Amino acid sequence: MPQYILLLHETPSDFSNFSPEEAQQIFGEYFAWRSKIQAEGKYVGSNKLKEEGGRHVSMRNGKARVVDGPYAEAKEVMGGYFIIDAANYDEAVEISKGCPHLKYDGWIEVRETDPVPAG
Amino acid sequence: MISTLTRIFGIERLDQVEDAVQDAMVRALRLWPYQGEPDNPTAWLIQVAKNRMLDQLRRESRLTETTDEIEIPIGGEADTAFANEVHDDQLRMIFTCCHPLIPEDGQIALTLKTVGGFSVSEIARAFLARGPSVTKTIVRAKQRLREFEIKLEMPTPDKLPSRLESVLKVVYLMFNEGYSALEGEELVRTDLCHEAIRLGELLAGHPVAGAPKVHALAALLLFQAARLTARCDAAGELLLLSEQDRSLWDRAMIKRGLYQLRRSASGDEVSDYHLEAEIASCHTLAESFESTDWPRVLDCYEELLNRKPSPVVALNRIVALAKVRGVEAGLVELEQIAEDRTLRNYYPFYATRGELLREAGRNNEAIEYYRYAHNLTSSEPVRRFVMKRITDLSRER
Repeated sequence: MPQYILLLHETPSDFSNFSPEEAQQIFGEYFAWRSKIQAEGKYVGSNKLKEEGGRHVSMRNGKARVVDGPYAEAKEVMGGYFIIDAANYDEAVEISKGCPHLKYDGWIEVRETDPVPAG
Repeated sequence: MISTLTRIFGIERLDQVEDAVQDAMVRALRLWPYQGEPDNPTAWLIQVAKNRMLDQLRRESRLTETTDEIEIPIGGEADTAFANEVHDDQLRMIFTCCHPLIPEDGQIALTLKTVGGFSVSEIARAFLARGPSVTKTIVRAKQRLREFEIKLEMPTPDKLPSRLESVLKVVYLMFNEGYSALEGEELVRTDLCHEAIRLGELLAGHPVAGAPKVHALAALLLFQAARLTARCDAAGELLLLSEQDRSLWDRAMIKRGLYQLRRSASGDEVSDYHLEAEIASCHTLAESFESTDWPRVLDCYEELLNRKPSPVVALNRIVALAKVRGVEAGLVELEQIAEDRTLRNYYPFYATRGELLREAGRNNEAIEYYRYAHNLTSSEPVRRFVMKRITDLSRER
């Protein structure tokens, strides 16, 4: 089955105005979504990316150029990613639609991985 | 959480601890969606908040490396020990928040915030107050903690009985605040009831604090809360005790209430909580409204009234009295307390008088009193209920 990567983009915000009850609710939504795709055997993995300390590395005139960023103050950052198994784009999109991330001002980039053919 | 950390770092750092817990929560909000829920979320949060506190303290350079040894067990066999420790921390915190030197409204607000984890806006909603005024109440309460150098500790055994009084009162008021709300849409108020029950059962389970009257209070709250679900019909309209579907009452909660009631029966003291629990049990254990042990209810109200004259108790006593000695006897007694000034704006007085007059077949007078009740309350469900009575009676005329 093809693998898809869901890149969770978000506007950095401090969650500090959430009360413990609201936080509970948000956790509940994420855990419910996650356990559903886990139960269906479609969950492959996920990671949170650190907000601070990113680097941009590029090559200029044969020399490596390293720039700090993105910063947490950036307008938009990639918060993290999920890797899932899905039959096709339709299913991957359908799974993404259920992700609570969308409810909290984020958007999700869905990409299919192009596997190296087994040789 | 706040209780545990405050025990470690001292009550004088309460503000800092609150911030650290908030930070830990934010960190969890970012991380848990990707990593899933940790085995012991509370321990995880405490550990993260604790590390944050240690970082800050190190920055203040008031700390030697040895403090790092404070370890909080996470997972496995240590879980029970951890849970017990958290319970003890919360009890210490309740006694501290309910210190007699703190004004009563401050005691309640501080308990809800630090022990119950309620936000300021939730506390404000629950008490129909504005956020800034709740914040002020809490700030003042914390000032008192500092001013009088109130320590985070359980009172010594000789002081425990008197300190327990104010704790029980806070739990009782917290519950009433939630229970007396009739607006079904205000969910946070049910939360108040459940938090009060949680604290009541926590206190009752403590080997020293768990005096018979604590069990009585816990029983009272459980019996009352067991009926919460049946207080409205499917359309959200208010139902009187006589109209409720008793099969909707929470059996498990009644069972917990009975357990507490049995445990309250030791010792010589019959506290006010005992009497109120007894009344609540009569209502909750009766199979039907008619089969309620009204003479027993009446006895309890009379004893309560002897102890502390209160127009509200007097009114409740008359309701029971009308069941035992008849509606007319009830009406005569209502007439006698009608002059009480505190009842003048108390809508239940007029509603009760309306009910008794209706039962006596004196419909015109009943309508008159229902109208008074209607004008005196802003609670929509109550207004609708009273209005329905008026319409029904007008039709019968």
